[in-house]
Amino acid sequence: MARNKEALLLLLDVGPSMHYVLPEVEKVCSMLVQKKLIYNKYDEVGIVLFGTEDTDNELTTEVGGYQHVVVMKNSKVVDGDIVEALQQLPRGTSDGDFLDAVIVAMDMLIKKFGETNKGKKRLCLITNAQCPIKDPYEGSKEEQVTTIAKQMTAHGMRMESIIIRGTLSQDANKEIIDENDRLLNIFSKETSTRLLYVEDPISLFGALKTRNITPVTVFKGDLELGPKLRIKVLVYKKTQEEKFPTLKKYSDKAPQTDKFATHEVKVDYEYKSAEDPDKVVPPDQRIKGYRYGPQIVPISSAEWDAVKFKPEKGVKLLGFTDSSNILRHQYMKDVYVFIAEPGNTKAVLAVSALSRAMKEMNKVAILRCAWRQGQSNVVIGVLTPNVSDRENIPDSFYFNILPFAEDVREFQFPSFSSFPASCQPNKQQLESAANFIKMLDLAPDGKKEVLLPDFTPNPVLARFYHYLDLKSKHPDASVPPLDYTLRKITEPETNLILQKESVVDSFRRSFELQGNPLKKPRRLLRDKTSDEAGKENITAPPANLIEYKSVKVENIGDLTPVQDFEAMISRRDSPDWVLKAIKDMKNKIFGMVEDSHEGDNYPKALECLIALRKGCILEQEPKQFNDFLKHLYNFCQEKNLQSFCEYLASKGLTLIPKTEAIDSDVTDEEARSFLVKSESKSD
Amino acid sequence: MDIEDDPDYDIFRDDEDDPDAQISRENDSTKEYVVYLVDASSKMFNTTCPSSSPQEEGNKEDEAEYHFQIALSSISHSLKAQIINKSYDQVAICFFNTRERKNLQDLNGVYVFNVADRDYLDRPTARLIKEFDNLEESFSKNIGSQHGVMPGTRENPLYNAIWVAQALLRKGSAKTVDKRILLFTNEDDPFGRVTGAIKSDMTRTTLQRAKDTQDLGITIELLPLSCPNEIFDISKFYADLIGLEGDDLVNFMASAGNKLEDMKDQLRKRMFTKRRVNKFKFTLVDGVSIDLNSYALIRPTVPGSITWLDSVTNRPLKSVRNFFCADTGALVEESTTRFHPYKSQNIVFSTKELSEIKRVATGHLNLLGFKPLSYLRDYYNLKPSTFLYPSDESTEGSMCTFIALHRSMIQLNRFAVAFSGSSSRPQMVALIAQDEVIQSGVQIEPPGMHMIYLPYSDDIRLIEERYSDTSGAVTKASDDQIKKAADLIKRVDLKDFSVFQFSNPALQRHYEVLQALALEEDEIPEIKDETLPDEEGMARPRVVRALEEFKTSVYGENYDEESEHGTGKPTEASKKRKAHTEYAMKECENYDWGELADTGKLKDLTVVELKYYLSGHNLPVSGKKEALVSRILTHMGK
Repeated sequence: MARNKEALLLLLDVGPSMHYVLPEVEKVCSMLVQKKLIYNKYDEVGIVLFGTEDTDNELTTEVGGYQHVVVMKNSKVVDGDIVEALQQLPRGTSDGDFLDAVIVAMDMLIKKFGETNKGKKRLCLITNAQCPIKDPYEGSKEEQVTTIAKQMTAHGMRMESIIIRGTLSQDANKEIIDENDRLLNIFSKETSTRLLYVEDPISLFGALKTRNITPVTVFKGDLELGPKLRIKVLVYKKTQEEKFPTLKKYSDKAPQTDKFATHEVKVDYEYKSAEDPDKVVPPDQRIKGYRYGPQIVPISSAEWDAVKFKPEKGVKLLGFTDSSNILRHQYMKDVYVFIAEPGNTKAVLAVSALSRAMKEMNKVAILRCAWRQGQSNVVIGVLTPNVSDRENIPDSFYFNILPFAEDVREFQFPSFSSFPASCQPNKQQLESAANFIKMLDLAPDGKKEVLLPDFTPNPVLARFYHYLDLKSKHPDASVPPLDYTLRKITEPETNLILQKESVVDSFRRSFELQGNPLKKPRRLLRDKTSDEAGKENITAPPANLIEYKSVKVENIGDLTPVQDFEAMISRRDSPDWVLKAIKDMKNKIFGMVEDSHEGDNYPKALECLIALRKGCILEQEPKQFNDFLKHLYNFCQEKNLQSFCEYLASKGLTLIPKTEAIDSDVTDEEARSFLVKSESKSD
Repeated sequence: MDIEDDPDYDIFRDDEDDPDAQISRENDSTKEYVVYLVDASSKMFNTTCPSSSPQEEGNKEDEAEYHFQIALSSISHSLKAQIINKSYDQVAICFFNTRERKNLQDLNGVYVFNVADRDYLDRPTARLIKEFDNLEESFSKNIGSQHGVMPGTRENPLYNAIWVAQALLRKGSAKTVDKRILLFTNEDDPFGRVTGAIKSDMTRTTLQRAKDTQDLGITIELLPLSCPNEIFDISKFYADLIGLEGDDLVNFMASAGNKLEDMKDQLRKRMFTKRRVNKFKFTLVDGVSIDLNSYALIRPTVPGSITWLDSVTNRPLKSVRNFFCADTGALVEESTTRFHPYKSQNIVFSTKELSEIKRVATGHLNLLGFKPLSYLRDYYNLKPSTFLYPSDESTEGSMCTFIALHRSMIQLNRFAVAFSGSSSRPQMVALIAQDEVIQSGVQIEPPGMHMIYLPYSDDIRLIEERYSDTSGAVTKASDDQIKKAADLIKRVDLKDFSVFQFSNPALQRHYEVLQALALEEDEIPEIKDETLPDEEGMARPRVVRALEEFKTSVYGENYDEESEHGTGKPTEASKKRKAHTEYAMKECENYDWGELADTGKLKDLTVVELKYYLSGHNLPVSGKKEALVSRILTHMGK
């Protein structure tokens, strides 16, 4: 581990123009160190600030100058002290000169390591490069930067520059910015510098590689185009998922006093015979079995090794084909990159010629690969060109694994055209969908693409490392909410939606009020409960279940009582709405019947009653309706409003019988005869 | 966090590993019960036809096969594929026009073939396949053939056979099981030898029998065996039996031929029944969300799960997991607390806190926005995609909204970026709208959206930049070199490449080995590795010329491949390794190894000294001191 240890100096601009992004800088830098504390415990980190009020560095005492550069932490093996320092960066008062900081940092590294530690010395510059750098004593700024860059290469240092721009930089002087960009570009050309421009806080978070992983070749050898043409290549993984760290199981059995307790839980697997549960079968008496129909066929490893598929190591071209013959969703795994053997100019040229020709012609290559000798499978995959637009980066290929015939499941799905007309969007709906898509554009013309995977950090890991650090200080701390910046990865940008609210509204209107609102909620209710019972880990809280009405109905009005009732009873943000809807509707009906003049309100009241009846059946509240109808009946008897009961009977309104709602205690016969009977009784 | 701590669904889990899957498969309507009904009349043994398998076509000396043999080998191939693909399907094999009889109804001329430990209609077993493969030799002895319907008899074996088959297929409801009878015969006129009332009577009753069978939901499929000089005339009798009319009648013979070929040429491939992986809501914007079902259309197929067996009894073993406290050795329950070392402390988490950390999004799938398709770089991939199809099950209008979005996305060439809040790995996804693709009546690509899992910045490695050249510009290919490459690309073109065309050689080999062991076959036939380059094609003069020209334009005229190694700079590590070996060689010479070995003084040397010898002779340097000593002795041949 120690062999790969790295020395990293963070050069952070804390000048006034940087103040508003410093919280993000603090977060990303402290996470970097937190990760080092876990994965690269022996790495060294130092912090150099510039744009500070004070000056504190060795060069200024030795030769003078280098004002407003503070070495906050000298390079040392990572510890909690560095994390804490990074979490509270001071706010500076003067304009920062990034070149001064670079020189100070280089001086520190040279003094500490000299010629040793080549390739493991890294500078990481975070600035907005808005402030001019000072003129050198002699020569031009360009010459000065070139000299420094050459020194940097000579000492085997690498630099990463993250320049904050775009919406994050305000009222900057364009001339200065252009000059600084030119100077930074010299670094990028002359040294192994990664120069990145970021325009939003998420990208800033994602731009800094917080974990240093030394790439390992997957394959080193020939790309065989034919028996006589081989190109020397190296194959690396281009993407690989950074996993959530594996946590160990904790045991609290060890006595409190035991300082050396590991607290680990060991897992032990035992294989026991099915007939005799007490008999443990030792490992050498076990044999693997594979299913063949209802039987299991035992195959020993030795037997298996003798007969299994053993391809020769090699990467062979099968041919080229139109890129349209491969669909994007057929990519199977993480991605590889093929680069020509470094230093082998012919191979570099061959790769360059092929990738450029493939790109021009829209072709891809199909390869068969066995990466290592002795592996027991091969892969078929697609090689796509990656033409470099940077002078000092060679052309290369990306390689994606494709499925075999066995891996494709040929499920059939109905054509969209086979659905009824109600499922087919009309012209207006298509238009509002198209407008919606155009409005939610994450890569608008002339602006930087947002949520670029290359610059998007993993919010779960960021949250974990933050929490880990928090818990190291406060063991009882609860999980902190997701950082505001990171929330922009998981939820849509509200600004974007607010800006063009009319488009969103039109989209919403085009697609919302479809279907029967009474039909949906029941489903929702059931799904919700089964979801909760089945998989409690699912993230969706019920609060996120969707309202189908843009306006939430809280009262039943006089104008559209039936619609209001239906909307209210289907509200799911609180279970109380059902009861409230029923109660309000009852009052409404009472009111109508009472205020009725010569039965003019009867049809409306009947409508409401029918709606209430339906709602009570759907919500499994038959008693509510039945009691109400009985109550209403008595009410009518008292108030001499029998005509209403007759009207209801003539329209065939009944109580809710058991056959319609299981909770009802009314039989079919009772339900049907209730109003009829009462009618005859009243006669 | 361990997988087992996560009760969440796992979209990447295989059917086989899913305990519920078998139950659901058991009830699935895609299960099949098949009765193979094979004519064993003497005509099947008399008529030959040139071997139909394509590999042997050119081989004139090859013996012609009897129709009976063709039928048997088709069934055998089919069974061997089925036992791997859909081993829960059930089969029965039944001969008619036989001398002996064996069937539940005790009808004449019908013989149901079976082996021990198996019902007549049951899942195929290795034993069934094995004995069926050897059936031909013993057939005349045990089952025997006889002529079909002969004048003067009242027996109607075809009628009996259909009856027996129907009775075999009585089990299982027609709703949940697909029931089929596959009839192999070369007799196009089974009642040709009888005449008059007997003939019409037999024809009528047989057709009625077939109709009754079909009314029970059983399909009868005919696989007629015909030869060039005597074409099977479907219209004589069988068209009525299987109910063919019009165009179907015309096309029948050709399609039947294909069917027979297909049976022989089936790929051994585990079949998965269409199963929804998950259903969830896709929130487009506050207030509008649609219901989606997700499906796994592409997943790596593995050879099936391993069962551990006791090597003595070959009985399956049960695995038991025990947890021990590492400090006290006490047996503990599976605990719900985890810890991670950090700054020389153990930071303890509860599993609840851990799942809370992963809960970074509200909702299952939130739309974030759209981007042009060209922005989806080739390296934005981590694992197989998931297919999404709308559902109107609980939200009416989902379908309509989905179709509108789908169509507009295709039209505008955009993909959607969304955040998937699954609790196993919440991540950004790209949704690509896929139009339906139908080729010759078969759906090749279903309509819907494919969800592609996008990497985060920490998942992407900067390999290209690592190899950037600090000495300035890297040479890029010249126009002429690019042109030569283009010529080569044109020559080596796979016109109709599709990902469906290669079978996995390792998997096919696995099945082959499994079959050979299960059936106790003596040798394992070599499988054809379809993934190897087409050597013949690459040797075509025009291809060779294009390769040569490209090579010359890049590598120059007299390029010697071997000398190439010199041009690559050795890496630091390889230099170091080389220096180390040289040093060891030098040190190694300072000892008289033979003497030391003979006098048994090797063990008195230090490990470092022993390693001089080992690295000097390119031997592994791992292991304890004794191992090193014995390795040296072995190497010296002592």
